[in-house]
Amino acid sequence: MLPYIAKRLLLMIPLTFGITLITFIVIHLAPGGPVEVQTEMSLKVSAQARDNLKKLYGLDKPLHIQYIDWLKRFIKLDFGKSFVDGRKVIDKIIERIPITLTINILALILIFIVAIPIGILSATKQYSLFDKLSTVFVFIGFSTPAFWLALLLMILFGVYMGILPISGIQSIDVSDMGPFERITDWIKHLILPVSVSAFGGIAGLSRYSRSSMLEVIRQDYIRTARAKGLPESTVIFRHAFRNALMPIITIIGLSVPGLIGGGVIFETIFAIPGMGQLFYASTMARDYPTIMGILVIGAVLTLIGNLIADISYAVVDPRVRKQ
Amino acid sequence: MRLLKIILRRFSKNKLSVIGGITVLTLITVSLFAPFISPYDPTEIDVYNVLSPPCKAHLLGTDELGRDLLSRIIWGSRVSLKVGFVAVGIALIIGITIGSIAGFYGGKMDAVLMRFVDIMLAFPTFFLILAIIAILEPNIFTIMAVIGITSWMDVARLVRAEFLTLKERDFVDAARAIGVSNRRLIFRHILPNALSPVFVAATFGVAGAILVESGLSFLGLGVQPPDPSWGNILTSGKDNIEVAWWLSLYPGFAILITVLSYNLVGEGLRDALDPRLWGAEED
Repeated sequence: MLPYIAKRLLLMIPLTFGITLITFIVIHLAPGGPVEVQTEMSLKVSAQARDNLKKLYGLDKPLHIQYIDWLKRFIKLDFGKSFVDGRKVIDKIIERIPITLTINILALILIFIVAIPIGILSATKQYSLFDKLSTVFVFIGFSTPAFWLALLLMILFGVYMGILPISGIQSIDVSDMGPFERITDWIKHLILPVSVSAFGGIAGLSRYSRSSMLEVIRQDYIRTARAKGLPESTVIFRHAFRNALMPIITIIGLSVPGLIGGGVIFETIFAIPGMGQLFYASTMARDYPTIMGILVIGAVLTLIGNLIADISYAVVDPRVRKQ
Repeated sequence: MRLLKIILRRFSKNKLSVIGGITVLTLITVSLFAPFISPYDPTEIDVYNVLSPPCKAHLLGTDELGRDLLSRIIWGSRVSLKVGFVAVGIALIIGITIGSIAGFYGGKMDAVLMRFVDIMLAFPTFFLILAIIAILEPNIFTIMAVIGITSWMDVARLVRAEFLTLKERDFVDAARAIGVSNRRLIFRHILPNALSPVFVAATFGVAGAILVESGLSFLGLGVQPPDPSWGNILTSGKDNIEVAWWLSLYPGFAILITVLSYNLVGEGLRDALDPRLWGAEED
């Protein structure tokens, strides 16, 4: 087990290196570079001031030196200071992580609770009415723009029924509330964002667990289990389900980039102060240090997600470890 | 031709896919003939009919500048169509090139190219797209290019996998034995046999590109007003969420129907092109 994990970890080093390189190249595609953007608004900025700014960010040095300098600071998690408010980029990101992580984890839990039973049930009752209905749901789920769903839910529950808040993570009068009310207020604010971000994943995962289950049910050992007269529920839950679950686990890791990336739109819609919203605001302001910081951190989180998926796969399936 | 017939017949067995196919063709017709079909000029402002709910004069209502929603949705279909096809075209060119080279040559070349694919897959795609668009000018051409260069990885993997099995086959050995060049071997002998999963991926890719475009335009980073796109109409839907539900409902419904149709066609194609299922073919 340990050599396997060590191998996976080693593989992450060149990947992380590549991620930083691509991020760096993307940002330096900018015509005129970051300084131009910061000074183009005011014509009064003199050539002297521009040079000073360039020196400040090290932009007067050759590109590869800039990259190495940036990489050295990146290892210390120092992404420089935001162009917008001069605060340290890493501080800005860290304060946004908890809420984004909370929503993503809740969404993942919701996805698993809803999708796996749907998938298993459709597989065990293949071609039944339930299977057909869930297939239709899956296709609609794949094809629905999440932000449109968010708008519709906001209109229905927020505007017409008025039972759920449509923006932010807490009410304005939250300071007057008792601890219990605060929690319900918080939960109410999270219901819509979590459901919206889970929606697409539910469609995907239920499809995936259906095909995984179908694959397992056709195996010889399931026929054997049935042949020796085990009750159907034992066959399904003890023999088939556990084996079908294995490939499903890898999906957790693979769904991380989608969840993080998708956050941009619904965090913006619901005005949730998470990483996605920060990223959107930084893009609009062309705040390059923050953009670079979030890109790298988002990608590294994805790698960690993949690593967790690989390790959990190895934990449940001894065949993987031996490779 | 015989092959095409078999594929068409297999495709037509799936009723949902046929409905999807008909819808796709209808949508393409609508966007080609938008100037003749749409009842109003999509950018014509009418200050006396601001935020009118659906009525006889404006079947789907009007937006905050009194522009006819139905006309804007019809013209917006052009954006989706263009972005979908061009972005997927770009993704196919990159993906097929990288996938064929990696699969054909194998070894170090394969390892390096596939690590590159892994790196690209590690980026939360939407973040990468936003970052590039923030640097460049947000318009329809940037969007097509950016979606293309961030969505070729699946195609590359599929083509590579096909190449890995195909290059071991006898017909490749035979071609090699008579001295066919590598380039000709890749493009004339192996690639045509590797294309069916690519077609399927491309169809799903169009659906995905349309979704991403609508999201970008919704965030104001895509097609810029007053030009209509389904995504930027939804932005006015959000701005007027308390008073005009029709601005949110209809454009999103157009996206759903379009994306759903492409996905259904993709599903039908997957079954129709899967040679493992051809044994069941009667006649």
